[in-house]
Amino acid sequence: MTMEAQADRIAWPEEAEAVERPRRRWLPFSPWHLVLFPLALIMLLPLVWMIVTSLETQAESLHFPPVLVPGSLHFGNYPSALRSAPFGRWFLNTFIVTSTVVVSNLLLCSLAGYAFARIRFFGRAATFMLLLATLMVPFQVVMIPTFLIVKKLGLFDSLPALIAPNLVSAFGIFMLRQFFRTLPVELEEAARIDGASRLGVLFKIVLPLSLPALATLAVIQFMWTWNDFLWPLIAVFSQRNFTLQLGLTVFQGSHDVFWPLVMAGNVMSMIPMLVLFFAAQRYFVRGIATTGLKG
Amino acid sequence: MAQVVLDHVTKVFDDQVMAVDDLTLTVGDGEFIILVGPSGCGKTTALRMLAGLEKVTSGRIAIDGRVINDVSPRDRDIAMVFQNYALYPHMTVFRNLAFGLRQRKVPSREIDRRVHEVSEILGLDELLKRRPAQLSGGQRQRVAMGRALVREPKAFLLDEPLSNLDAKLRVQMRAELKRLHQRLGVTTIYVTHDQVEAMTLGDRIAVLSGGKLQQLGPPQDVYDHPVNVFVAGFIGSPPMNLLRANAVNGRITAGDLQLDIPGLADGDVVVGVRPEMLRPAGDGLPAVPFTVDVVEPLGDEIVVHGTVAGRLAGSGADDQIPATGSGAELATVTARFDPQLRPTVGDRIPLRIRPEAVHVFDARTGEAIR
Ligand SMILES: Nc1ncnc2c1ncn2[C@@H]1O[C@H](COP(=O)(O)OP(=O)(O)O)[C@@H](O)[C@H]1O
Ligand SMILES: [Mg+2]
Repeated sequence: MTMEAQADRIAWPEEAEAVERPRRRWLPFSPWHLVLFPLALIMLLPLVWMIVTSLETQAESLHFPPVLVPGSLHFGNYPSALRSAPFGRWFLNTFIVTSTVVVSNLLLCSLAGYAFARIRFFGRAATFMLLLATLMVPFQVVMIPTFLIVKKLGLFDSLPALIAPNLVSAFGIFMLRQFFRTLPVELEEAARIDGASRLGVLFKIVLPLSLPALATLAVIQFMWTWNDFLWPLIAVFSQRNFTLQLGLTVFQGSHDVFWPLVMAGNVMSMIPMLVLFFAAQRYFVRGIATTGLKG
Repeated sequence: MAQVVLDHVTKVFDDQVMAVDDLTLTVGDGEFIILVGPSGCGKTTALRMLAGLEKVTSGRIAIDGRVINDVSPRDRDIAMVFQNYALYPHMTVFRNLAFGLRQRKVPSREIDRRVHEVSEILGLDELLKRRPAQLSGGQRQRVAMGRALVREPKAFLLDEPLSNLDAKLRVQMRAELKRLHQRLGVTTIYVTHDQVEAMTLGDRIAVLSGGKLQQLGPPQDVYDHPVNVFVAGFIGSPPMNLLRANAVNGRITAGDLQLDIPGLADGDVVVGVRPEMLRPAGDGLPAVPFTVDVVEPLGDEIVVHGTVAGRLAGSGADDQIPATGSGAELATVTARFDPQLRPTVGDRIPLRIRPEAVHVFDARTGEAIR
């Protein structure tokens, strides 16, 4: 389905508020840009520095003050980085873990979120409160118990150990439930009268209308899993089970810190995220706007 | 097509809101029945219980003799048209129409045939590839109708299907609905708060108030013989004039109006006269002085609002505006005159009231006495 279909249905808040308001203009752009532009620069600086460093020589990278315009571009740092550590393997591991986690979150959070949004069952309010409460518990608190469970299950030092605890997230359930509740309930009732089962209603009516929320969840979950360092550090041990983040850190420690190669590795590990972010941006900016969750 | 029976059906929300109170109603096979009443009287709730979207608190609902209280909506074989149409926004018109059939695993050839047949009946051929957002209000309304028709269900449930259309389109669609029903003869239960729709569309109308069935019958019967003050005040536009009165020895007195009704018990009563029954008095009949204060020419007739001596009686059907003026008791009444008469504001016109046109209700219970 296309974006038009999405746009027709829901009056996005930003559109609803786009009422003509005559305003005196003393700048060719909104005054907010005076704040946003420097902020954007500050946010971009580490990224630029990382990319620049990945193309420098070791000498330039260690120079102080930092060399922001390198004498020549050493693209050779990239193949060197790839040769000096099993990046391919780590990339594959990260990809397997992240995609499994994202797909299973989309499915399981949809199911649970829909139940919380629309099905009346005994203890719904209490269960939901409990779920919300878990959102406030930092990972460090449950880290050890989670590790023990994973170990008991015999998953220690394997990719399933990285996947299992993250198959579903309280945040995802909460976010989708909030979104589902904004959909007109008559659509679902019409579908039920038309002969759809509960699951049929979810998959044929609710989810197709929830693409912005699903895209948002996918991107958030992807970023979180792709960049996670702490849990892989605890749950896996052998290099062949490393994820990129874990691998990069180990790589950094083992090489007298050869910065250009480390940065080349980091740049490569960021690419999938950037691609996904830009691909899903249209959906997910709206998703954040409509779920009332400010990112 | 089927017979639909509601048998002492009651719905209580959250143990406190009595939305539908002991409703008993039999809808004959192929009948077009209207549930009409003011907003909040329980019409939608009654319809949703029929559709299976709301559980019945007590009582039974049956289709063709089979009790369906615990049957899920999908297995009831009924179709419903929602007030806001509830078209699936992410599907084309074709897929909206086909959705119900697909769910029921109808072969795709058959789906094609039926969708095209229905879209021809409703004039939707040109629109099959569009999305709901690309349709006008009237077109959406027709797609919603089509989605119900295409299923060939046992019964149609319609919840205020015309209320979102502009006045002109509403009149058009009203006629179209009637034509459609005459052609297909599907059992139809139609909910509206608009008594004009009720009068024009229904084989029978069921007037509801406060969750209770007030009166059930053919529109003309209900109009001519309202069983209580509520129905009298609700059915008819402009509504019936209702005045407080007193009966002594078979003679009713309401302000300047005096009527002899032999055999009537003494006590407080409410008298009701339809606006079209108020005529300027020419001959020597008893007349009631009427002071014109608003004139509404409608072309084919003139609606005149004015005051007579007396006190208004509320019907509970709408908010009555108390007559202005102090001291002397005045009641606002409405009359419908011939357009040839050109009353002007301030005119005093003697009105003739034929005794047989007067409805009399018990002031305490609201029940019709005659
Ligand atoms: N889900 C609900 N929960 C509680 N009260 C409800 C619910 N639905 C309807 N009601 C109440 O029941 C009464 C009848 O409502 P409804 O059937 O929608 O009236 P109508 O369609 O005639 O306007 C109203 O007082 C309304 O507030
Ligand atoms: Mg209603």
